[in-house]
Amino acid sequence: MEKLITAYTYIGEGKVFANKRLIFYQEKIATFAEFIKALYKQEQIAYPKFYKMDSLSKLGFMCAELLLRYENPGIFKPGSLAVVLANSSSSLDTDLLHQESIRNRSAYFPSPSVFVYTLANIVIGEICIRHGLKGENAFLVSEKFNPSTLKDYVSEILDNHRAEACICGWVEILGNNFKAVMALVENESTATWINGFKPMPFTEASLNEIIKVN
Amino acid sequence: MDELINKLKKEVITQLNLEDISEDDINPDSPLFGEGLGLDSIDALELIVLLEKNYGIKIEDPKDGKKIFHSIRTMAEYITEHQKKA
Repeated sequence: MEKLITAYTYIGEGKVFANKRLIFYQEKIATFAEFIKALYKQEQIAYPKFYKMDSLSKLGFMCAELLLRYENPGIFKPGSLAVVLANSSSSLDTDLLHQESIRNRSAYFPSPSVFVYTLANIVIGEICIRHGLKGENAFLVSEKFNPSTLKDYVSEILDNHRAEACICGWVEILGNNFKAVMALVENESTATWINGFKPMPFTEASLNEIIKVN
Repeated sequence: MDELINKLKKEVITQLNLEDISEDDINPDSPLFGEGLGLDSIDALELIVLLEKNYGIKIEDPKDGKKIFHSIRTMAEYITEHQKKA
């Protein structure tokens, strides 16, 4: 069954695109924290939990937020939207923070709120809580962006009707180096895009295209 | 006591990343959990760490937490009481 990318969001190198439209740009990025906070403020999102998330979750949260903002999340039932994400550093960014807090035995104060983010798939949990998603999900870790694996995994979910649509993408961060891309993938026969974006075929070539700097 | 309450407000805002909340927004007698600041279970653990890290106070019985962390004032009272004992 043919599948389409009916929406996508890109965050990287100071730019944020939603369906090929530049919606945010910061020429000089001092830190990821400042960049993502400026984006959050610009989009006027009211979700205090955002500030408590680790960097990986903040990045994934914002990417999903913008992706679903340009769709109509109401058209998907909670159990009908799957999420498959991947990256190369897993939760290393937060693991290092945690390690820093436990390395000195005389000042041993691990932070519970840091520790809970020392798993990469927590970012999916944050997205699911925010949007009430209850569909299948998976977080894959591979050295490089692997469009083939993502395509196969998502196709298998949709072909077997375990979800009506799937958010899939790459959410990578280590220090101030970051990039996130998320695509909404739907079966062509039931696709319901309403955002005016011309859908792309869900192929490795399309995934390779949207992960590059726009 | 007022000085400690103001210090605690600052520490709680920093420790719990309450970015959109200022010290003036926190009523020292309002509940920290539930309808107050809306803190969650992870925040409760962070408050336990805060007491130990900043005041050297270790809560021995977790059941005491509900009473100690009811509000900023109850936290301040607990700290004052335990620092006198030390």
